Amino acid sequence: MKSERSSDSAFRTLLVLGGIAVSVLLIAIFFSLLLSSRSAIVANGYRFLTGSTWDPVIDKFQSLPFVIGTLLTSLVALVIATVLSLALAVLMGEYFRSGPFASVMRTAVELLAGIPSVVYGFIGLFFFVPAVRVLQTALGAPPYGVGIFTSALLLAFMILPYSASIGREIISLVPADLKEAALSLGATPSETIWKITLPYARSGILGGVLLSLGRALGETMAVTMVIGNSNSLTLNILGPGNTMASVIANEFSEASSNVYLGSLIEIALLLFVISTLINIAGKIVVNRMAAA
Amino acid sequence: MKKNGASAPRLDPAVAARVRGDFVFRALVLVLSLVATIPLLLILVFIIVRGASSINWQFISELPKPMGEPGGGISNAIVGTLLLVIIATVVSVPLGVIAGIFLSEHGKSRLGNVARISVETLMGIPSIVLGIVAYVWIVRPMGHFSALSGGLSLAMIMLPVITLSTEETLLMIPLTLREAALALGVSYPRTILRVILPAGMSGIITGILLAVARGAGETAPLLFTSFGNPFMTVNILKPMASLPHTIFTYATSPYPEWQTLAWGAAFVLLVIVLTLNIVTKLVTSRWKIQF
Repeated sequence: MKSERSSDSAFRTLLVLGGIAVSVLLIAIFFSLLLSSRSAIVANGYRFLTGSTWDPVIDKFQSLPFVIGTLLTSLVALVIATVLSLALAVLMGEYFRSGPFASVMRTAVELLAGIPSVVYGFIGLFFFVPAVRVLQTALGAPPYGVGIFTSALLLAFMILPYSASIGREIISLVPADLKEAALSLGATPSETIWKITLPYARSGILGGVLLSLGRALGETMAVTMVIGNSNSLTLNILGPGNTMASVIANEFSEASSNVYLGSLIEIALLLFVISTLINIAGKIVVNRMAAA
Repeated sequence: MKKNGASAPRLDPAVAARVRGDFVFRALVLVLSLVATIPLLLILVFIIVRGASSINWQFISELPKPMGEPGGGISNAIVGTLLLVIIATVVSVPLGVIAGIFLSEHGKSRLGNVARISVETLMGIPSIVLGIVAYVWIVRPMGHFSALSGGLSLAMIMLPVITLSTEETLLMIPLTLREAALALGVSYPRTILRVILPAGMSGIITGILLAVARGAGETAPLLFTSFGNPFMTVNILKPMASLPHTIFTYATSPYPEWQTLAWGAAFVLLVIVLTLNIVTKLVTSRWKIQF
């Protein structure tokens, strides 16, 4: 009896230790980043967030070009992905809820979600870059091929499977009696979708968009391969740029001085904070929808 | 309807317009959905066709050759990816499953809430940030790149996936099962280990497979942890090649021969990752918990 009780309490302790370990891990990650970038945070000051010069030669490290680059790529990607994923969500959640076509579409979307990002990057280099070059030539822009728009396009296709499957789940949560009421009053199916289903699912879809934004912000490899790696501040989406993640990927293993390395870790810290905030916002919105 | 008359079977123009609108909307949804999926699926087919043609026994079994020499393979990258994933699995599965059991048992306590928020936050951290953490923890103190640090960064990516799927699975197991075990006088640890865990095994395995699929395809954290290595090594304290890193290096190189190797490596990686995903799907649909 005694040994059983002690094994019982040992087991409970083990479980609690598991819970403590994952919490401590997160705190440890945060403080490791903070401590490793401490000297850079002190050296760079607040200009790190507001200045636009990133020049390792003169030890000047300011992250605004990368923050802007990240926001630009993510937002453009989000606009494209939202339109396409809404269509997919409506298709899978309303028009084809079951049957062979539905399962083909669902499998295709799952397949696309499983492709590693370095393979997406390779696809981008091989297919998207030439396509965008044609577009740039047609628009009279310098034909870089690589750039912010190319990465945004690639990112859109990468995050699409996530927002589409969240959208499908949310749309199938909309109560059938609401839709039936609209249909029985004479609304066409598309009017029902526009005026009943989508407004009802609005907040959940927004949450899905926020969660995809969290993914887009931190996506590294594919973006690094097609963004063109230019460290100057730009709002021209057809030109080359850099994101927070891609500048880390490009420069981390070459960083020679301590301040340089620390500044890159400071960017990682900033990326950690931003993506965590976006994810929490997305979770709150999705949970509120699921609870309602 | 107001203009009722001889042409009763004809629709009112306003209604006809609405019906047309419905048709247009349906067509638009279908077209946009196809735009979203078809190009990438075609590209996937392209990779498979192109990759399959560059694959042969030599490609799988040989080491990369220096630039200019024909042939060469990616055996070191295949072995490297396997070892990295094994390290990551050994580190992340025990902790992930224990934390998952904790969340399903004590998820409503204060520590439970903190732990759940931590795991969900961990899930959202960009992989490159976790690579930097592994760099700070292992590479910097050791002074050189190592497979161990790469494995650790992959473990941090896999951990939240395993924990959350374990929790989700165990919460679906009916209370009656546990009550029956406890009523028979089975101790609490035995109830969990011999009744609850086996009942949820398929869900837990699914989570682990998904996590492995995700870890195997990650590149960003490996850039400055396991780095890369043109030679075969099984020493986990040395830099080690991996499939994603090999693809990245070869794909961004200016040489067509290397790009061909990259297509082959991409094919091998895709086969591994997509097979894991498909197996996962089969496991879930076959062993779905039904009570």
